[in-house]
Amino acid sequence: MKKLLFALATSAAMLGFSASAGAQDKTKVCFIYVGSKTDGGWTQAHDIGRQALQAEFGDKIETPFLENVPEGPDAERAIERMARSGCALIFTTSFGFMDATIKVAEKFPDVKFEHATGFKSAPNVATYNSRFYEGRYIQGQIAAKMSQKGVAGYIASFPIPEVVMGINSFVHGAQSVNPDFKVKVIWANTWFDPGKEADAAKALIDQGVDILTQHTDTTAPMQVAAERGIKAFGQASDMIKAGPETQLTAIVDTWGAYYIKRTKELLDGSWKSEQIWDGLKDGILTMAPYTNMPDDVKKMAEETEAKIRSGELHPFTGPIKKQDGSDWLKDGEKAEDGVLLGMNFYIAGVDDKLPQ
Amino acid sequence: MGIVEAILLTVITAATPLVLAALGELVTERAGVLNLGVEGMMIMGAVLAFAATQATGSPYLGILAGIGGGALFSLLFGFLTLTLVANQVATGLALTILGLGISGQIGEAYVGMSGTKLPQIAIPLLSDIPYLGPLLFRQDLIFYISIALVIGVNWFLFRSRAGLKIRAIGDNHASAHALGIGVIRTRYLAVMFGGACAGLAGAQLSLVYTPQWVENMSAGRGWIALALVVFASWRPWRVLAGGYLFGAVSISQLHAQALGLGIPSQFLSALPYAATVVVLVLISHNRRTTLINTPASLGKPFVPDR
Repeated sequence: MKKLLFALATSAAMLGFSASAGAQDKTKVCFIYVGSKTDGGWTQAHDIGRQALQAEFGDKIETPFLENVPEGPDAERAIERMARSGCALIFTTSFGFMDATIKVAEKFPDVKFEHATGFKSAPNVATYNSRFYEGRYIQGQIAAKMSQKGVAGYIASFPIPEVVMGINSFVHGAQSVNPDFKVKVIWANTWFDPGKEADAAKALIDQGVDILTQHTDTTAPMQVAAERGIKAFGQASDMIKAGPETQLTAIVDTWGAYYIKRTKELLDGSWKSEQIWDGLKDGILTMAPYTNMPDDVKKMAEETEAKIRSGELHPFTGPIKKQDGSDWLKDGEKAEDGVLLGMNFYIAGVDDKLPQ
Repeated sequence: MGIVEAILLTVITAATPLVLAALGELVTERAGVLNLGVEGMMIMGAVLAFAATQATGSPYLGILAGIGGGALFSLLFGFLTLTLVANQVATGLALTILGLGISGQIGEAYVGMSGTKLPQIAIPLLSDIPYLGPLLFRQDLIFYISIALVIGVNWFLFRSRAGLKIRAIGDNHASAHALGIGVIRTRYLAVMFGGACAGLAGAQLSLVYTPQWVENMSAGRGWIALALVVFASWRPWRVLAGGYLFGAVSISQLHAQALGLGIPSQFLSALPYAATVVVLVLISHNRRTTLINTPASLGKPFVPDR
């Protein structure tokens, strides 16, 4: 109820804002955020991209945004308001906006939509995503080197392919260094709740993990890790400020270049619906500086990163079995993108039971 | 420190803001006023406590700012619903939306800063008791206040003359008015007490639970507190029990997951809500006592002498 009203209120405010600005001849490139633009993680990374876009085009475009839009049916209303207010291109920046984006796009064939991290598209709906799993593989390797106990804690959000893929990649990377490495997984069932994320971090540390990684949006786990004196990985944004002596590296989403490229295409008329899935080599994903680790670990991480960039190493290269023991990838075989994007199984070596 | 103690410590941290906010709302509702703005007052308390701590360097001044901020913010609700007799439900919801918005604005300067954690105070002798000492007597000030408030509010409502007046107003404001009790004035005080408690709960979030400022960091805890009041049938001790039960189940489910027990995590995530509702409904299942405890004038507007 609260979220609904909040979304309505923000949508209404945004409508007012757009109506007053609509008189000028500016192209509107709009953004829907699932969290707050200052969350220090996922949404902030998108907002930094939006700011880069605004700076690139200056007066030529406007970039209104809606924050804290809940996933699910309410999202449809928010996206529709945006479409109605004259946005030419709308970026919906969370997996849970997928169905809502498709639905609204049907009603507004002239408006272009771009949905982040999803797998449904349409003539006016493109998808874009980042190969986060490349970064997670590197993190896994670092974790296996850095952990004394050989157990890492993983705070996961929801059992969707993107998150499952991340866990698999992390474990696979870790076990490429130490085959006995274990990962304890907690599903927080939220993207954003500092308190709950901190509780999950404490629970994992109390159960003996000495490295923490997260797939939730705030810096609370990093803060707990710092307080308890263990190491951790940042997520979506560089979280070094929350743990100057704690963060080993972070997966940093850098969406700006992509937003600029697509807006250029919109303006010159060459925009078309595509399914973009870029990674480290394209610069959509970068690793925060490797810190708080010995030189040899840092060197290993940099080498792995270079290999992934050059295409020499694909994190999901066989032989890999599924958790249930069945074969997935043969020796030397690389995972197909389609399988990864719909990943709903654990690979062998993951100790958790995947919620279905 | 054993795993059980570790879990209990985490439970205390998770339960304290719920107990505080629910206790404040309990007093407000006992006076017959339904303030759905707990979430908004809580988040205002969180941001102001964080800001004041950053400005002065003292988390204790931060606590004061949280309490004061929550109380002042609730005054807005009081003015609208008590003086202008606006609808309480709508005004409360508006207060939440407003609080979330304003706090985001105020907090923008503090995003990403690491905060100052409220220090623990060891109570001499008591803190040396094995097991119990580190858990209950080596805590921060807000925890001590929360327990003292449960005892204090229980005594105040059921053993003091002023408490009796509050309950009288909550049950029948017309009669209370006829008896010469200042209904509006008392309700203002009750609303402000609720605001102060919610603000203190917010201060706990940004000074103890996760010492940082993040927009929307209350993440629905104000709503859980509101529900606790109803399911605890407006009794302070049950609010305490409910808050701790909710905290305990929340934390245990995280541990159950980390242990890899193989129970579906969606079920575990829903468990705190389900367990708390079931237990509180069971302990307050007696229909007659529930009716006696429910403030009969709850949410009804009062206009003197009309």
